[in-house]
Amino acid sequence: MSFSWTRVGAILQKELRDYRRNRFVIYTMSLLPLIFIAAPMIQIFAINVSTTSGLFDAHIGVTLLYMLILPAVIPSVLSTYSVVGEREQGTLEPILSTPIHSEEFLVAKALAALLPTLVVSYVIFGIFLGAVAAFAHPAVASAIFERNHLLVQLLFTPLVAGWSIWAGIAISTRMSDVRAAQQLTVLASLPPLAIVALMSFNVITPSLGLTLGLAAALLLVDGLAWRAVAAMFDRERLVTGRR
Amino acid sequence: MTSELADSQHQPSSGGANLGSALVVEHLTKRFGKRIAYEDVSFEVGYGEVFGFLGPNGAGKTTTVRTLGTLIAPTSGSATIARIPLSAESGPAIRARISIMPESPGLYLRLTVAENLECFARLYELRDVRSRIDRVLQAVNLSDRANDLCGSLSKGLRQRVALARALLSDPTVLFLDEPTSGLDPVATRDVHDLLIALRERGVTIFLTTHRLEEAEKLCHRVAILNTTLRLIGRPDELREQLFSRNLEVRTRLQLDEPARVFNGLANVESWEQSPSGSYVLNVTDPDTAAPDIARALVHANVDILSMSESHHSLKDVYLELIDEDVEAKKR
Ligand SMILES: Nc1ncnc2c1ncn2[C@@H]1O[C@H](COP(=O)(O)OP(=O)(O)O)[C@@H](O)[C@H]1O
Ligand SMILES: [Mg+2]
Repeated sequence: MSFSWTRVGAILQKELRDYRRNRFVIYTMSLLPLIFIAAPMIQIFAINVSTTSGLFDAHIGVTLLYMLILPAVIPSVLSTYSVVGEREQGTLEPILSTPIHSEEFLVAKALAALLPTLVVSYVIFGIFLGAVAAFAHPAVASAIFERNHLLVQLLFTPLVAGWSIWAGIAISTRMSDVRAAQQLTVLASLPPLAIVALMSFNVITPSLGLTLGLAAALLLVDGLAWRAVAAMFDRERLVTGRR
Repeated sequence: MTSELADSQHQPSSGGANLGSALVVEHLTKRFGKRIAYEDVSFEVGYGEVFGFLGPNGAGKTTTVRTLGTLIAPTSGSATIARIPLSAESGPAIRARISIMPESPGLYLRLTVAENLECFARLYELRDVRSRIDRVLQAVNLSDRANDLCGSLSKGLRQRVALARALLSDPTVLFLDEPTSGLDPVATRDVHDLLIALRERGVTIFLTTHRLEEAEKLCHRVAILNTTLRLIGRPDELREQLFSRNLEVRTRLQLDEPARVFNGLANVESWEQSPSGSYVLNVTDPDTAAPDIARALVHANVDILSMSESHHSLKDVYLELIDEDVEAKKR
């Protein structure tokens, strides 16, 4: 049986429609970015340009790392909700009674979390860059606009999000309480940030090659996570699962 | 103790050759650990037939529907659904040919009626989605609510949307799990009317219910389930076979030797004296037995006050079967 993008599209569309009318999702998607843009902004304008170069780099690093917490946290909220939420509403059984394959269902759920995350994360990062260019000290601005930093942000936003999404879906296929699943997912979404942190703080010098290498590794991990979640996907358990 | 009643194969009324059965279930069993959900269940459902699966709560109805809908795997036994053998690999192919209306409608409450239906139409990869949606909404009389949010609908209307959703793909077999449970009498009647219309169109329906009148009213044949299958037959056959086999005879005086009067009679299988003093005779056919009994009593010089068939309803037998089971389960 072939993989059907029509079915993926069906779930994706319904999910995006649901988000738009879901107050919880709207609040999360608007409040989280506010928090995560306010802190780095303050940080940027508070940087003392005349400190030692080590301290200066650390400030820049923290700021950039901050921007990557957003793509780690947003999907953990959305993707967790996606399976446990359906189970709570009793909508999982009708969906799984259609000809949909587990892989299609999971890809649709993952995309439904990934697309809004990318939009919000990139837009917020764009606003941040705009503000830095316009108002920050030139030394700060040139440090932020350093090529490798930008590349890390660009590449790692979807990759970090990908990890969070699979962690969230994996956890939510096993748990029946949305809130508990979300808390666990936030924790589980942090490990990839550690790699990014090392680069942001220049502990690992983020050469182009290294950045690309790590990105490829994370992509592989995300791919394996998808296979693992698909293998764990158990209709019977999801449908009859005791609460 | 499954008694398949004679002549109970239903011939679908709608046109078309009878090409085998829509559902064939053989010795199907599902256990959850040690708990038995249902056991050794066998039956067949013909195309165009409305088959009722009647049983109390916990009888295993929902688990049976989920098994035949490939949502859960049976522990043992086999089944063929829309001519596809049930197996781990055949799930998507079977699910493409059937649809299930589960116990609770399971609609996306923040989506409109049409949006809910659109999602499912695409999950079945249907063409001409718009006209399909229009058609099923018309079938359940909800055309004017297409753009209402499902969250704003009453329970009865949600049930109808769920029915419309199940009709989208023109399924070979339509599974309805307690379609009227929790509905008020008016909403129940509406759903019944819709199901009668589907029956007339020749849709093959597997309907579970714990309501006897519902099974009697809607189904060509009924199976009574309580973990194991108890009985299968047309409602009128069940009633005949089970409910009118007793003749109750009241006499002016007690018989001196009732055994001598009743034992010799060809049509009387057994008899007993009820606490009220009347005689209850178990007969094969009341129409032939009654004259014999009357003659025998007259011959024995006994005045007959009345002779009547005991009128059990389907309900009595249903309850009796279920009660037996409750006793058996206590062990
Ligand atoms: N996931 C499960 N785990 C354990 N037992 C279950 C599960 N699902 C159903 N059962 C048991 O199987 C039996 C049949 O349940 P069900 O099919 O829901 O009955 P019905 O639909 O006729 O009310 C019940 O005793 C129920 O407790
Ligand atoms: Mg049930």
